[in-house]
Amino acid sequence: MTVKAAPRLRGKDLVGIDPLSPGEIQLILDTAEQMRDIAQRPIKKVPALRGKTVVNLFMEASTRTRFSFEVAEKRLSADSLNFSASASSVSKGETLLDTALNLEAMQPDFIVLRHQYAGAPHQLARILKSSVINAGDGAHEHPTQALLDALTIRLKRQTLEGQVVAIVGDLQHSRVVRSNILLLSRMGAKVRVAGPPSLIPVGMDAMGCEVYRRMEEAIAGADVVMMLRIQLERQGRMNFPTVREYYDFYALTPERLKLAKKDCLVMHPGPMNRGVEIDSRVADGPQSVILEQVTNGVAVRMAVLYLLAGGNGEPAAD
Amino acid sequence: MSRLLIKHGRVVDPTQRLDEGLSVLIVDGKVARLAERIEDKDAQVIDATGLVVAPGFIDVHVHLREPGFEYKETIATGVAAAVAGGFTAVCCMPNTQPPNDSAAVTEFIRARAAEAGLARVYPVGAVSKGLEGEELAEVGEMVRAGAVAFSDDGRPVHNAYLMRRVLEYTQLFDVPVVDHCEDPTLVAKGVMHEGAVATRLGLRGIPAAAEEVMVARDVVLAELTGGRVHIAHLSTRGALDRVREGKARGAAVTCEVTPHHLALTDQAVADTSFDTDTKMNPPLRSPEHVEALIQGVLDGTVDCLATDHAPHHADEKALEYDLAPFGVVGLETAVPVTYDLLVRKHKLPLRLFVALWSSNPARLFKLPGGSLKVGSPADVTLLDLNARATVNPDRFRSLSRNTPFAGQRLKGWPGATVVGGKVVWRRERK
Repeated sequence: MTVKAAPRLRGKDLVGIDPLSPGEIQLILDTAEQMRDIAQRPIKKVPALRGKTVVNLFMEASTRTRFSFEVAEKRLSADSLNFSASASSVSKGETLLDTALNLEAMQPDFIVLRHQYAGAPHQLARILKSSVINAGDGAHEHPTQALLDALTIRLKRQTLEGQVVAIVGDLQHSRVVRSNILLLSRMGAKVRVAGPPSLIPVGMDAMGCEVYRRMEEAIAGADVVMMLRIQLERQGRMNFPTVREYYDFYALTPERLKLAKKDCLVMHPGPMNRGVEIDSRVADGPQSVILEQVTNGVAVRMAVLYLLAGGNGEPAAD
Repeated sequence: MSRLLIKHGRVVDPTQRLDEGLSVLIVDGKVARLAERIEDKDAQVIDATGLVVAPGFIDVHVHLREPGFEYKETIATGVAAAVAGGFTAVCCMPNTQPPNDSAAVTEFIRARAAEAGLARVYPVGAVSKGLEGEELAEVGEMVRAGAVAFSDDGRPVHNAYLMRRVLEYTQLFDVPVVDHCEDPTLVAKGVMHEGAVATRLGLRGIPAAAEEVMVARDVVLAELTGGRVHIAHLSTRGALDRVREGKARGAAVTCEVTPHHLALTDQAVADTSFDTDTKMNPPLRSPEHVEALIQGVLDGTVDCLATDHAPHHADEKALEYDLAPFGVVGLETAVPVTYDLLVRKHKLPLRLFVALWSSNPARLFKLPGGSLKVGSPADVTLLDLNARATVNPDRFRSLSRNTPFAGQRLKGWPGATVVGGKVVWRRERK
């Protein structure tokens, strides 16, 4: 299966991986590879989005994703505005819709939305004229994360096809796992997921993956192991016993990593809980590409902004 | 003397096993005569040629929102929606503000309904004071004031001891206890049916088991007490199985199913990309449950249909999926949605369809009406089974527009509604 890049993105928005065709995914990844070069230049800036305005509307705490978008916007010469929930009128009782309509009245070209509830970007995308980019909605999707993960794998392995990718952790509450299953399976990778049975949502296999309870089975022979953050802040006290016990059964330790292929890549979307889902010896070890993921995040977000602004996959000129 | 003659219709009356071309003469609000040919110079005449003439349709599960939430619906707009949907009577749930947990509120609702006219309104009283699930409300006082059933709808009667006692106590009045079955601890923070669709959408699921454990308990308590349990808006295969088993053992358990649970699946949440008009409780279920419900209607396990008409203001629904309130309106779409699905698609005999909306609910809730026998109250629903129309919420009489059926083209609509011998609504002819 060789996926041919689509000539352009069909929609005005990027609300998730689910609506994307393999060709569109390929286009974003190809474009992102070219965007990576910009960061290597002495002047890390191109005028591709000069005169465009991007609102980063972050209704849920985020450092990495917001910074990554901001860097991407600046490298493309867009004007960025940051709007975060704590500083906003949300606390005064304004609805998301009203907030978005007010921001749109200032005529931005993009709204990058991070929101704690699933579907919020989809609801806004229906109503707004600006392009909506989903920067994570509840436990639903985090498309730019999956794209940067795919780019990271592709850069190391040249292709996604046939790669065995094991994703381990809290499957129930993770948007990263959902976007990754959709993207990787669509691009011909073999996806396995594993987590505590009490945190495996019903019917996840229907999204395009094999579901395991024991992480050892999932990572056996894997090309890539991706660990998910245990979202301690989202857990009640009934889903699994303790962080200590979680480490015993689901942490990626050097011993467990030996079950995977010798050159298996270790990934984590961050922020990591060291000593909970991942052992520092693995996180900082030679197989880890965790910081490369962060670097690639900027390139992927540049590509998405550039393509949604009407770019056709040609490299951004100076 | 007021006289109304409904001429040349196809009279379908399950209580008389009738399905034939007849005219119906109504005198002073009562059915006076049924015959092939009736001439009456003094009577107002409705030409019902091509229409079905049925006992008035009764919706035993609506939320009229008054007192307290008049921005969503009032008793006046609610009954206007009812008659425009072909309903001659509705039973309204007690989760108003204040709740209908006393004779005073029951009387208020009846007085407002009398002012509004149009449809008959039968209040359902609260099981517990303040709907709080702790103390038994003054059930007998409310019966005297006109309550026809008891429920804490919107919530289950969570406390099994209270459920036991209300099932015992209400036997004094021979009224059913209507339970909204869900175990709140299993619902947790769920907002749609738990299954593959919810998983893909990242929405928290409400498992079918949340409903089924409570239905199982209620069937057991019905057997223990001999009281009458009516399961509101039953929505899962397992819940239906529990009801079927209970009936086989002779328990006084009955159930209703809503049009939306029969006509839609949880896929609607994905297909509409998080449209909050697909959010209701119980949630739209997966196809295996929907198929079981349709089977339950066809085999008679389902006793009646009811809308769970739950108006909400557009502002409330224009929120994130997790934050929007549960509920959809149903009065003005129920008849075409269920006729199209059950009779046209699944070949349910028309007589049984009429029974599910008229004689059956009348029997379960011991309401006058539900029959066109001579001497019965002249509540009549006329159906135009050939009418085709598209659901257009802008034309609703209800104050609210929260329907998941907007834009659907359906066949088989109400043609006219007669309450107490008065024509209270007629479909506009093109």
